[in-house]
Amino acid sequence: MSDLFAARSQMALSLAFHIVFAVIGIGMPVLMALAERQWQRTGDPAYLDLAKRWARGTAILFAVGAVSGTVLSFELGLLWPRFMAFAGPIIGMPFSLEGFAFFTEAIFLGIYLYGRDRISPRAHFTAAILVAVSGALSGVFVVIANAWMNAPTGFTFDRVPILASDVHPLAAMANPAAFPEALHMILAAYAATGFGVAGIHALLILRGRTAPFHKYALRLALLVGVPAAILQPISGDVAARHVAVAQPAKLAAAEALFVTQDHAPLELGGFPDMAARVDRWGVRIPAALSLLAFHDPSAQVTGLDRIPADQWPNVPVVHLAFDVMVGIGTYLALVGLWVLLSAWRRGAIGRAHFRALAIATPLGFIAIEAGWVVTEVGRQPWIIYGVLRTGDAVTPMPGLVVPFTVITLLYVFLAVVVTRLLMRHVARSPQ
Amino acid sequence: MTLAYLLAGVVMIALTAYALLGGADFGGGVWDLLAFGPRKDRQRELIAHAIGPVWEANHVWLILAVVLLFTCFPLAFTAIAIDLHIPLTLALIGIVLRGSAFSFRAYGDSRAAGVRRWGRVFSIASLITPLLLGMCVGAVTSSAPWDAAGPGTFRSTFIGTWLNWYCASVGVLALAAFAFLAAAYLTVETTDAELREDFRLRGLWAGIVVGVAALLVLLLAGTAARSMQEGLLHSTWSVPLHLATLGVAVTAVSALWVRRWRLARVAAALEVAFLLWGWGLGQFPYLLPPNLTIEDAAAPQATLEGVTIALVLGGAVLIPSLIYLFRVFKSANRTIESP
Repeated sequence: MSDLFAARSQMALSLAFHIVFAVIGIGMPVLMALAERQWQRTGDPAYLDLAKRWARGTAILFAVGAVSGTVLSFELGLLWPRFMAFAGPIIGMPFSLEGFAFFTEAIFLGIYLYGRDRISPRAHFTAAILVAVSGALSGVFVVIANAWMNAPTGFTFDRVPILASDVHPLAAMANPAAFPEALHMILAAYAATGFGVAGIHALLILRGRTAPFHKYALRLALLVGVPAAILQPISGDVAARHVAVAQPAKLAAAEALFVTQDHAPLELGGFPDMAARVDRWGVRIPAALSLLAFHDPSAQVTGLDRIPADQWPNVPVVHLAFDVMVGIGTYLALVGLWVLLSAWRRGAIGRAHFRALAIATPLGFIAIEAGWVVTEVGRQPWIIYGVLRTGDAVTPMPGLVVPFTVITLLYVFLAVVVTRLLMRHVARSPQ
Repeated sequence: MTLAYLLAGVVMIALTAYALLGGADFGGGVWDLLAFGPRKDRQRELIAHAIGPVWEANHVWLILAVVLLFTCFPLAFTAIAIDLHIPLTLALIGIVLRGSAFSFRAYGDSRAAGVRRWGRVFSIASLITPLLLGMCVGAVTSSAPWDAAGPGTFRSTFIGTWLNWYCASVGVLALAAFAFLAAAYLTVETTDAELREDFRLRGLWAGIVVGVAALLVLLLAGTAARSMQEGLLHSTWSVPLHLATLGVAVTAVSALWVRRWRLARVAAALEVAFLLWGWGLGQFPYLLPPNLTIEDAAAPQATLEGVTIALVLGGAVLIPSLIYLFRVFKSANRTIESP
């Protein structure tokens, strides 16, 4: 394993691990706040129980999110010092703002978790709201920093990117990828958390648990997850149209489009044959890619043939990840619509819905992981698109396979522990 | 005074807050590990109650310091991240284990065996992490050549920079200071007279260790961190600073001795803050002695201005929130029910 590959693997693992907890840190506070509000409005103790149990679960996940986020803030430098030397002054602004947003989130989470008997119900509810708002904001700021790596703006540099000059932090924050990425990620966080929680309770109901607790939980979780899932395809469209223009290599890899063409088809599934430069065994929908990427069936879409081969991302990985993301996104949106329509027409949902929801439990998170694979692997070989190559940014520290192995073991261990604790936590919920 | 100096000062403030708040949480873990005698379970409970509501917020000071460092002083951050890859990675593992284990114990595993196991992980990580972080600080202050100075061997660049007696003494000082802070704070956290006596004794011992470790650091700095030692001994502010540090140190220990708990808490915090600022002043205007000054390491002016605005905006939200947090949980001695 080369040092570069070890560093990339460690970064990928750290991000993949952290993102799950970060997403829950954005989504769960909304659910907590909703349960808290219902408890204060209705006085139904099942809502109080729900708020407390959600808070307990969130506390564990938030702590792991906080420490794994700390790891990332160091790893940026530990693994990619040349990147940080260049990018730090340009994108430090969103990171600083994220620091404050996260700080606010941590403060009010502490107040919410431990303050129930110490402050007024109104202050307690406000704390929950502030956790939700600052959680979302901190997500937005971090994604803005990542968006800059995809669409770098706000600086100039001499051929070799060692130090940037003419730096404009605000222009860097206002990079064209910022809005599409941040919107897509926040909706994804709500959809994944909402469907994740809804799925757990749907499963418990299917297993015969009848307490109103589960019905309430399901309803609140769907209230967050369903609108997000239904809106997500629209934000995906915004993101895809941006990528089509700004990062044609990423779109070409995601769609396994080897030849530049108008009326470009959409490739569903299949496996890119890199030697023959075709996508095999996929389902082809004529002109659909042109339609999606440019809202014009005759538009020309740039294929990989226009990209120098040394600037290709890993096509099979990006293509597979893209299909997984889109497939799951479609499933969640359809299930969401179906649940919504049934609930609206018949006032209730049945076992078939519960089954569809139970299946959806992990899917939102898988889609998020896949989406980040598209974003990050799809940007390679660049760490800053068109400016700095990942291979030029890596630390000179040798033997990086060692920290990679250690961090992998640590995170696998934590993942097992967290899963077991959560399963026990869920199992103990009311019958 | 330039913006770069101002922002370096803010980094120091963030580090001081991390030491005084997050450091005390590490210290709590140390006393958890060293809990003994008939009241050891009650000691552990008190520590968990004191840390519970605030540790996540306390922890963020470190993130803030790191973010400010890489934004405002990218060259220093880069050099530190390259040369101190090993101790920083180890410290991160400690941070991850400490935080996760604490929350697993507090919210997750309510069986006795689980509580014991996670308590052990939490406390051991609380012991090792400050040692490593202190060693990194030691490396920053020492006159070892940094990555920027040219290629060295693996041993000289990635090991020798931090694995030496001087850095070890700084690590011990950090650990002792955190344990001392925690003991002093914990006497205020409880109304239980017996527990207060337990932590009074621990505080007195730790206070002495802090003094010894500080002297040791100063002594060992003679070869390893010469410019730092020069700064500490021969500046215009040297005598007043050392007298002030000595003053609060004696106050802290005597206040513990005569059971003036609140005074002891304040004096202990001041003592640790003075030690930290002694370090900062000692190496001023260098960020990484012997070559990199604050101004050399600074980001472009536009970045510094942007960050300053972000700090003002963020501070306007952060400071009232923090005051509220500490007023809710640290103003009275009511027991807090964990969720």
